[in-house]
Amino acid sequence: MAKMNREELEKIKQRLKALVTVREGNARVTVIVHMGPCGIAAGARPVLKAFIKELEARDASDVIVTISGCAGRCSQEPVVTVHCGAEQPVFYGKVSEETAKEIFSQHVMGGKVLEHYRAEEGAER
Amino acid sequence: MKYYRSHMLICAGTGCVASKSLAVKKALEEELVKHNLEDEVLVVATGCNGFCAAGPVMVVYPEGIFYQRLKPEDMAQLVEEHVLQGRPVEQLMFTDPAKKKTIPRMHDISFFGLQELRALRNRGIIDAEKIDDYIARNGYFAVARALMEMTSEQIISQIKESGLRGRGGAGFSTGMKWEFASKARGDIKYALCNGDEGDPGAFMDRSILEADPHVVLEGMTIAAKAIGAHQGYIYVRAEYPLAVSRLRIAINQAREYGLLGKNILGSGFDFDVEIYQGAGAFVCGEETALMTSIEGKRGMPRPRPPFPAHQGLWKKPTILNNVETYANVPPIILNSAQWFNRLGTEGSKGTKVFAVTGAINNIGLVEVPMGTSLRTIIYDIGGGIPNRRKLKAVQLGGPSGGCVPESLVDTPVDFESITKTGAIMGSGGMVVIDETSCMVNLAKFFLEFTQDESCGKCTPCRIGTKVMLDILENICTGKGAEGDVETLEDLSVTIKNASLCGLGQTAPNPVLTTIRYFRDEYEAHIKDKICPAVSCTDLIKFEVVSDLCKKCGKCAKACPVLAITWEKGHVAFIDKEICTKCKTCIATCPFRAIA
Repeated sequence: MAKMNREELEKIKQRLKALVTVREGNARVTVIVHMGPCGIAAGARPVLKAFIKELEARDASDVIVTISGCAGRCSQEPVVTVHCGAEQPVFYGKVSEETAKEIFSQHVMGGKVLEHYRAEEGAER
Repeated sequence: MKYYRSHMLICAGTGCVASKSLAVKKALEEELVKHNLEDEVLVVATGCNGFCAAGPVMVVYPEGIFYQRLKPEDMAQLVEEHVLQGRPVEQLMFTDPAKKKTIPRMHDISFFGLQELRALRNRGIIDAEKIDDYIARNGYFAVARALMEMTSEQIISQIKESGLRGRGGAGFSTGMKWEFASKARGDIKYALCNGDEGDPGAFMDRSILEADPHVVLEGMTIAAKAIGAHQGYIYVRAEYPLAVSRLRIAINQAREYGLLGKNILGSGFDFDVEIYQGAGAFVCGEETALMTSIEGKRGMPRPRPPFPAHQGLWKKPTILNNVETYANVPPIILNSAQWFNRLGTEGSKGTKVFAVTGAINNIGLVEVPMGTSLRTIIYDIGGGIPNRRKLKAVQLGGPSGGCVPESLVDTPVDFESITKTGAIMGSGGMVVIDETSCMVNLAKFFLEFTQDESCGKCTPCRIGTKVMLDILENICTGKGAEGDVETLEDLSVTIKNASLCGLGQTAPNPVLTTIRYFRDEYEAHIKDKICPAVSCTDLIKFEVVSDLCKKCGKCAKACPVLAITWEKGHVAFIDKEICTKCKTCIATCPFRAIA
């Protein structure tokens, strides 16, 4: 009996797909949680954790959740940017753990922009 | 599934480990624990990243930020700024020396951006000690295809069509080699891997073995299927402890997964691999000597024919391929022969890995398409010559190779073009030489090496190289005589013609090429008793040339025995009574004013 067949090889590859996605940067969707000091103060860390939890629960190995510095919209913190392919990036403002869940299921997985959570334009500074 | 939002890949190749990358890794892990981030961030020790001059190096994904020259004490700031707040730390990034601009992303640095990674495609991006990481990047899928879907003939014809040639030096067609062994009669055959990398300054194979050991096992298994072998040996020198240890881990993991051993992937094909550690004799890189060594005898070459394809290890049909050659095999099987030969030149397909070292800013490992010019490698990827010095020559192919002078820097690197210059492609050693090196002395250095490593079997190699070395020694110490150059040329021809193996057949190459391109330097040593590069101690007067001296006093400050007197506004003076001829002043003087 062979110890492993091709299907099992394929399974290992699938299981580690996220590793390749993160290191090759070829994600379908990239979610960026902005972690400037104001963002962290407004609760960006639990939001980040919520996104990671969603990603893990859904095995979304073609999605990257990462962080970046201050987005310059301090009054709207926590701010999250969602990059979906070649589409214009979408800024979400005042994101909570609850809205994070919604953004993940609707926008990241479903491709539907949640207009009512968008960060207000020009509200900063 | 478990998701890590940041992957921090720290180089644990031999170069970076030597510059304490493991201490950096430890400090990083401690900082992450301190901030409760160990659950979000994955720290990975990888094989050689290639940019050894900048070590210890680290790449942070998904951003692809490249950090260099890291110290353990940098890690607190790195974690607080980059990992916690998403603000990459600028002062730890690479700075373009010409534009004085920091370049955050690895792929924007020309050292990396201009490379084409095929043999090195997994370098620095996977954990070399995890087979799953290798599988995630399509590892072992080529073996699956070769064993389940292809016949031996199909594998051989695909490799032949790709145009892959041996990366160890001679450049023989890999497909042809496999075909000979495949057609040879015999129940027992062997597939061997040559990891006996011995050229001074060369570290291509070591880096592949350290960064991606599974690719070699996969390449070997495909070769084994092609020729009908069930046992393989990897001959790797014992001076490569990290490569040996990673190989050993890889072999065990592959066996555990059934990717080595009996009935691989249920295909019914059996193949297993053992490591044979060489003691470091240069001649054991020669195929028949290598096989003799595995047989437990003193590593010495024997006459061919019979060629190893018919009578190799233990007189059985055997193939021997170099580490880098095997690393090229799996992608050819997976992507097609056309994919492979799209890159390269008419006679040299694909890419070649070079270990670029010597008088160059970006010392490291580079992989470029065949046909890339030496100029591109040295100036665009290598970042040029340090200390505002001029390029003089490039030594290609180690002690078996030769020097390509600055005037031929536009030569494309492929088997044919390099051979035309009198050098050889070799296994990929590339030593960059600036104007401060004496070419006679350089030839002497390489000949010292081959003379020392000659196994002694053939008289022309054993005695001829010794006589040549004595002549070079005389020339460098001012005892050269009229006619020496001609004697060197004469001896070279005899040694090349009358030696059994590649060692003797190529040993005179460094002498021949330096005579060909730098004959005037030989003549200056012999007739005028001058070393134009101011390098051969016995031919240096240790006097300050007042026309060139800019009266800066740097030499006086550098002299360890206070033999130089200097006053502001005056030409320095060297007291020869005190001078110990250590040449510190020559190395220090920015104006080359000491002769």
